[in-house]
Amino acid sequence: MNVTVVGAGVAGLTIATELNRRGCKVDVIDRAPGFGRDTCSWYAGGMLAPWCEGDTAEEPVVRLGQEAIGWWRQHVPDVIENGSLVVAPSRDAGELARFARRTEAHRTIDAEQLAELEPDLQGRFRQALFFDAEAHIDPRKAIAALRENLAASDVAIAYNTSLESHAVSGSIVVDTRGFAARDVLKDLRGVKGEMLVLKAEGIEFSRPIRLLHPRWPVYLVPRGNGHFMVGATQIEAEDRGRITARGMVDLLNAAYAVHPAFAEAEIVETGADVRPAFPDNLPRLRWHGRTLHVNGLFRHGFLLAPACARMAADAIASPGHKPELMDEDHRERSIA
Amino acid sequence: MQVYGVDIGSRLLLGTAQYPSPAILGDAVRASGAEIVTVSLRRESGGNQHGQAFWNLIRDMGVRVLPNTAGCHSVKEAVTTAQMAREVFDTSWIKLEVIGDNDTLCPNVLDLVQAARLLSDDGFDVFPYTTDDLVVAERLLEAGCRVLMPWGAPIGTGLGLNNVYGLRSMRAHFPDVPLIVDAGIGLPSHAAHAMELGFDAVLLNTAVAKAGDPVMMASAFAKAVEAGTLARSADPMEARDMASPSTPVLGKASLG
Repeated sequence: MNVTVVGAGVAGLTIATELNRRGCKVDVIDRAPGFGRDTCSWYAGGMLAPWCEGDTAEEPVVRLGQEAIGWWRQHVPDVIENGSLVVAPSRDAGELARFARRTEAHRTIDAEQLAELEPDLQGRFRQALFFDAEAHIDPRKAIAALRENLAASDVAIAYNTSLESHAVSGSIVVDTRGFAARDVLKDLRGVKGEMLVLKAEGIEFSRPIRLLHPRWPVYLVPRGNGHFMVGATQIEAEDRGRITARGMVDLLNAAYAVHPAFAEAEIVETGADVRPAFPDNLPRLRWHGRTLHVNGLFRHGFLLAPACARMAADAIASPGHKPELMDEDHRERSIA
Repeated sequence: MQVYGVDIGSRLLLGTAQYPSPAILGDAVRASGAEIVTVSLRRESGGNQHGQAFWNLIRDMGVRVLPNTAGCHSVKEAVTTAQMAREVFDTSWIKLEVIGDNDTLCPNVLDLVQAARLLSDDGFDVFPYTTDDLVVAERLLEAGCRVLMPWGAPIGTGLGLNNVYGLRSMRAHFPDVPLIVDAGIGLPSHAAHAMELGFDAVLLNTAVAKAGDPVMMASAFAKAVEAGTLARSADPMEARDMASPSTPVLGKASLG
């Protein structure tokens, strides 16, 4: 079976990896000049936190997300399995109780236990939730690792290449273009997200810290060498422009609330892009003729890509098979 | 209830922010029976056309859209946002919010009155988010408003009706003006209470959007609003200080 995967973001490369592993002949094309600012995955947090996401996401995200840690561990180095922490400023202490009620696989720890896990958070919070089975990765390193693996298996990735300019060698096309696929997926929308990378002296975390925020969850993900990714806003806007002052202020306030030393941090990078989402914010697989669309991973790209890749590979291997995220038009489901 | 010449069946108005997904929002709106939903132009989308996909989803729900100026801190911002909303949603309705304080999100009533006058003169049907101050309410009516929306408690607190006395006097002062309690409602019992006080409707967002099951909570609010409305029409008993037995004492058998 020959398959052409369109899109070399996290969805496309996990699918290419999975198809290659199952013996398909795969090639990947992407219209971007390389992996960078044109790809949504570039801005990802890389948290593999299915249970935390259960606060706002529906059940399939929590369940399918649990496949992610094992999959990434098998395919890329440096999956950091230190769990994740959830904290709240004292004025939002009720939020921590609510978060605990609505999520699973955590335990409440006190200030002392928190300081043992994260010495730099000594005295900062009286309570925290510890999700010890969660993990995180550096998304940019993970994508680089997938590319190397694919290259080693002779799977070509052609950049600066769109479907129109590419003679499709595959008998099947897998379209993972994200928001760009709105030209054919009319119910896809974009949800803007904004992020920062900070470089702070003298602070180190071993795991992502999520700060409960009345409007959106803000997290700090350690990236090593004093670097921290801070994300992410969530705005119903299809705007790929730059970060707004409001977004930046909210993210910086959150970082500062976690630790005042972030006030002295350098802002190394800012980013904004749109996440592809369907109305229920769950991913979808959808056949259009010989093209299989895999899209709508929303804020769960690295978390849900492995499950989506498994389902895509299953769907391609047995054409009559209908994985759970496959349907013609999800609106039928949500309205029913 | 009639507002700006439009008959509205449902006494529950819903905000559209902070739901887990637009699909859940749609289900919650249907479960609530709401005929009017508010949409924030500014906070959700940075104030331009980028939110079109989300707005289309709301339009598909088949309800009337009441755009709002949430997050505006000045007359100019609020007026500009209202004008933008009129174009985007093709409606003269605007829920006018001018925030005066960031911690309490208390309305700046001076700027509110000024913005209400400018917008009314410009042909808008203004729904002002205000406090329970009667003099401000008078000024808003003078400025052209035909409906008033006093707060129950600060936005997002879920504290319920903080000043029952103030809300009751407002109802008594303006018997013929549609009054909608907006903000601060946390529980269905708060909404029922507002309706029992004789308010025409309640507007809420967080209490439904942030519930563990927003659709179930929307349905709970629909029932509470209906209960409060019925109770008001049924002419409730007067409260009294001394107990009054519901069964007469006189004539009870004396078994001594």
